[in-house]
Amino acid sequence: MTDIATYNFAYLDEQTKRMIRRAILKGIAIPDYQVPFASREMPMPYGWGTGGVQVTASIIGPDDVLKVIDQGADDTTNAVSIRAFFKKVANVAVTTDTASATIIQTRHRIPEHPLKTGQVLVYQVPIPEPLRFLEPRETETRKMHALEEYGLMHVKLYEDIAKHGRIATTYAYPVKVEGRYVMDPSPTPKFDNPKMHRSPALQLFGAGREKRIYAVPPFTEVVSLDFEDHPFEVQTFDQPCALCAAENVYLDEVILDDHGGHMFVCSDTDHCEKRRNAPTSPLWGGRAEGAGGGLDQSTPHSTPTPALRADPPHKEEGKEKQ
Amino acid sequence: MYVAVKGGEAAIANAHSLLADRRRGDRSVPALRLDQIVEQLALGVDRVMSEGSLYDRELAALAIVQARGDMIEAIFLVRAYRTTLPRFGYSKPIDTANMLVERRVSATYKDLPGGQLLGPTFDYTHRLLDPELAAGADVAEPLLRETEAQAMPRVSAILAREGLIEPDGDMPQDHVPGDITREPLEFPMARDIRLQALSRGDEGFLLALGYSTQRGYARNHPFVGEIRIGEVELELDVPELPFAVPLGTVRVTECQMVNQFKGSAKAPPQFTRGYGLVFGQSERKAMAMALCDRALRAKELGEDVVAAAQDEEFVISHSDNVQATGFVEHLKLPHYVDFQAELDLVRRMRAEHDARENPPKGDEKREAAE
Repeated sequence: MTDIATYNFAYLDEQTKRMIRRAILKGIAIPDYQVPFASREMPMPYGWGTGGVQVTASIIGPDDVLKVIDQGADDTTNAVSIRAFFKKVANVAVTTDTASATIIQTRHRIPEHPLKTGQVLVYQVPIPEPLRFLEPRETETRKMHALEEYGLMHVKLYEDIAKHGRIATTYAYPVKVEGRYVMDPSPTPKFDNPKMHRSPALQLFGAGREKRIYAVPPFTEVVSLDFEDHPFEVQTFDQPCALCAAENVYLDEVILDDHGGHMFVCSDTDHCEKRRNAPTSPLWGGRAEGAGGGLDQSTPHSTPTPALRADPPHKEEGKEKQ
Repeated sequence: MYVAVKGGEAAIANAHSLLADRRRGDRSVPALRLDQIVEQLALGVDRVMSEGSLYDRELAALAIVQARGDMIEAIFLVRAYRTTLPRFGYSKPIDTANMLVERRVSATYKDLPGGQLLGPTFDYTHRLLDPELAAGADVAEPLLRETEAQAMPRVSAILAREGLIEPDGDMPQDHVPGDITREPLEFPMARDIRLQALSRGDEGFLLALGYSTQRGYARNHPFVGEIRIGEVELELDVPELPFAVPLGTVRVTECQMVNQFKGSAKAPPQFTRGYGLVFGQSERKAMAMALCDRALRAKELGEDVVAAAQDEEFVISHSDNVQATGFVEHLKLPHYVDFQAELDLVRRMRAEHDARENPPKGDEKREAAE
């Protein structure tokens, strides 16, 4: 029988890590430039976060504390699996606590708790190219980025307004980074876009299958595309989390029965648990202040009791503009 | 508490143990040994080595068992192992003219130097299920020829002597061969890179694309100049030594497709080539690869690009089955935060639609008129 070699610290060999770090550094130097890198096969499938895992594996050290979330939650199966992977191959400390993590790998969400200097948020990215759905060819889209030719994106958003009366993009909502490149913030709900703006944390994006890394350095301008008469808006929920009563956080709809009963609970499980354990803490008075550039804090409401409802959950949008 | 996903960790552990159980199956049936797979499912092993890009029969067999016979899963296992291996260097190009040939057929010549050699092929078997095989009947020893004394020149070399076929592709003097496992793909790509990608590309995908060229989507009038299967020697240049060091042999399948070409502004009328090369014995893959290679040379030869098989970015971006299966199957991962965002939008748009369709009372006249 062939002896299967043991694996290096954090799985990847050191040469590969060096190559990925170079790509990351280039990405940081040119915010949101999509740096091609020689993505490796990872022991989890493409689409499961191989880009994020490679970025994390390249930057993680023995002293790091890792948090992994998927859909905002620490306990979804893929988050559990990736956390277990790093625990196994890097033997690092893992946590669910946003504040004490040094590296947070995420799929589809940005934690509610504001990030701070020194933290790194690693996004798993399926399709890094914001223009991909408008132009399928990489050769074309690279040219468009080089020429800063983003008219097509504005036309798309305009057509949304013409057809639907609003911009009908709810996640993977395009942003402009530092006034230059248009970026896909990975498929996070647009609710999270303002948290990227001037965030003190380093934000790294890894797309394994598409072989691209890009970055938003700390305190970088990240502005969601919009029009003067149709300014960017985030989703608002007109009821608080049914478990912790948080407001102005992103909520998941949980179906309770087959008669249309449902409730809304925090997508960010860590945030929700902390609030339930210390409901009076002033820190949790509402939505945590975004990591810079967040929305205006709305006045805290009294805490209504969780209610079953079948009507649309959201208020009219447009009250909270930047 | 509510119904969501608490307990992911225990669920994963339980799923894995159930998988292990199902993989083993009925314990009263003897477990498969790797040597049985290597010996008796050899073509499956070859496919895993070829698309896994790792020439190791035992590991491929292990991957097949571990994947319960799911070939793409097995290929994936091999890839994820291979990618961690250190890179000592690049071997010298193999010389398939000096192959120790087990099978060699040409469709362009009735007879040729070295002869036609059928080898272990399904080609002329009748596809009748064989109950004797199930009963485990003894298999007679095959007849083998004496070691080949006669040289077996490649058909492409025979055609080239008359200038009837284009020369083997040249790369610029200072061209360093690319490595798709160490550099990200960039479009447009040189042919060496493209051939690497095709060689590890999914057999089914390339088969369908090659087939489409035969049915008129970028038809390129192919003839099988030659298919040869056998062992070739691998050599490595070691800086300390003045000669190349033999590392051993690998079994490969090579297909030289000869394609009619009427000439263009760029090239005279002559036959052109499509090339296929894969680990192990896999004619289907090597032939499909050769058809695709030729189709993908459309631009180089000044042909119109009109079909999918000629579109480099389309073909190469989608030929890797490990990538493809990952991205298709990731759709079963949770997407509920994005879905929530879409739910909200659709609900509100429906409400607006309803309001438009069923305006408040007082508008009944207008509705009747419509």
